Amino acid sequence: MGLKVTVDLQACQGYACCMMTAPTVFDLDESVGKAVVLLPEPGEDLRELVEKSVRGCPSKAIALESR
Amino acid sequence: MHHVVVGASLAGINAVEGLRDAGFDGELTLVGAEDTLPYERPPLSKAALRLGSAAETILLRPADWYADHAVDLRLGRTAVKLDLANRSVILAGGGEVSYDGLILATGSSARPLATPAGAGPAHVLRTADDCARLHARLRPGEHLVIIGAGFIGLEVAATATMMGLDVSVVEVAPGPLHRVLGAEVGRWFERHHAAHGIGMHCGVGIEAIEADGRRSKVRLLDGTVLAADVLVAGVGARPAVEWLRGSGLQLSDGVACDPFLRTSAPDVVAAGDIARWHNTLFDEDLRVEQWTNAVEQGRYAAESLLGIAEQSYAAVPYFWSDQFDAKMRFVGVANAAQDVHVAEAGPDVLVALFGRDGLLRGALCVNAPRKLAGYRQAIADRVAWSDVVTP
Repeated sequence: MGLKVTVDLQACQGYACCMMTAPTVFDLDESVGKAVVLLPEPGEDLRELVEKSVRGCPSKAIALESR
Repeated sequence: MHHVVVGASLAGINAVEGLRDAGFDGELTLVGAEDTLPYERPPLSKAALRLGSAAETILLRPADWYADHAVDLRLGRTAVKLDLANRSVILAGGGEVSYDGLILATGSSARPLATPAGAGPAHVLRTADDCARLHARLRPGEHLVIIGAGFIGLEVAATATMMGLDVSVVEVAPGPLHRVLGAEVGRWFERHHAAHGIGMHCGVGIEAIEADGRRSKVRLLDGTVLAADVLVAGVGARPAVEWLRGSGLQLSDGVACDPFLRTSAPDVVAAGDIARWHNTLFDEDLRVEQWTNAVEQGRYAAESLLGIAEQSYAAVPYFWSDQFDAKMRFVGVANAAQDVHVAEAGPDVLVALFGRDGLLRGALCVNAPRKLAGYRQAIADRVAWSDVVTP
């Protein structure tokens, strides 16, 4: 059972909320103003922060799957 | 056990979700004054205004989410009174809802601007209905006059300009966003809007608004007369707490809360625009009318009501505003800043820092989002102003 994080780059508006909430999971590519997933399969210890990033994304661009 | 959330708002939805995620399995009622499913407000001054609201209104949660979370959704029901002694919320048109625990999340309402008879109303922008009404009045080539150069006013100005209107903005303060962000940042935004062809009239008051056939005439104190086909008032918002007056609940420019968002009444907490609470990080009472705050406080208020909040609510606020190609993001607080330092300024970029009492308290980044993370951490760590701003 692992986590899988993806960002919909069409939806992403570069709010940077995700990288502020979970800086080890998300970064931002400033040249295009879009999020970058640094850690697409984060450990269970990061679940809470990633879930908070999903809730806190103003453009609802982040998806988290458990599998 | 029956918990009630008043306000089918962003804070209200997150409170509901927070209660269920935390395992609360009792009765749950969500009361909302508008008769539509809860929706996102930020697009109302941007994409939804440009394209027409119906197609672009974004629901906060899909329609079946409410049944899935066993929420008794009461839409189109305005809460008009809180009866603390009987633990009940009285609704307009009769009826009441009893609660064991209550979360107040009624948000803000737009401050209206009175216009004389015949001059037509000054549109405000707060709800999807407001957005639809204004969209229908925005016709290319016509002249839109916006009173107030705050975030709503500037966003509407940008959107209407992109729709082909001729736009003027009137602001009594010396510059846009002046009260919140100070003179230098204000000047940057003034130039940004002027460069897109918007007539910026700052530092000048309004002498009169007069009816003029189908138009309105806005007379400024410097002698300028603006003939408006459409008038928009972006003169601020106020916390929607009128219904709580006389209930005995302690109010103080919003609902007075402790650091755990608990109000003066037992088992009553507040979240979002209406909550004035003591933020221990900034060591001051804050009331924050922002999207991210509504999400996080809604969830936190649920935990606080359930008695499982471990720490006081002391988040670093965050908000954004998009105007033309300027993507402004702000972390922290700017209120009552003693120090403002512009770290970077160009035609498309602006980075400004806000400090008080020797500490960094806020950072504004236009088209420079990557810097936010570092500043946010520095604010949370109470880093000294002199460590981020070298003379």
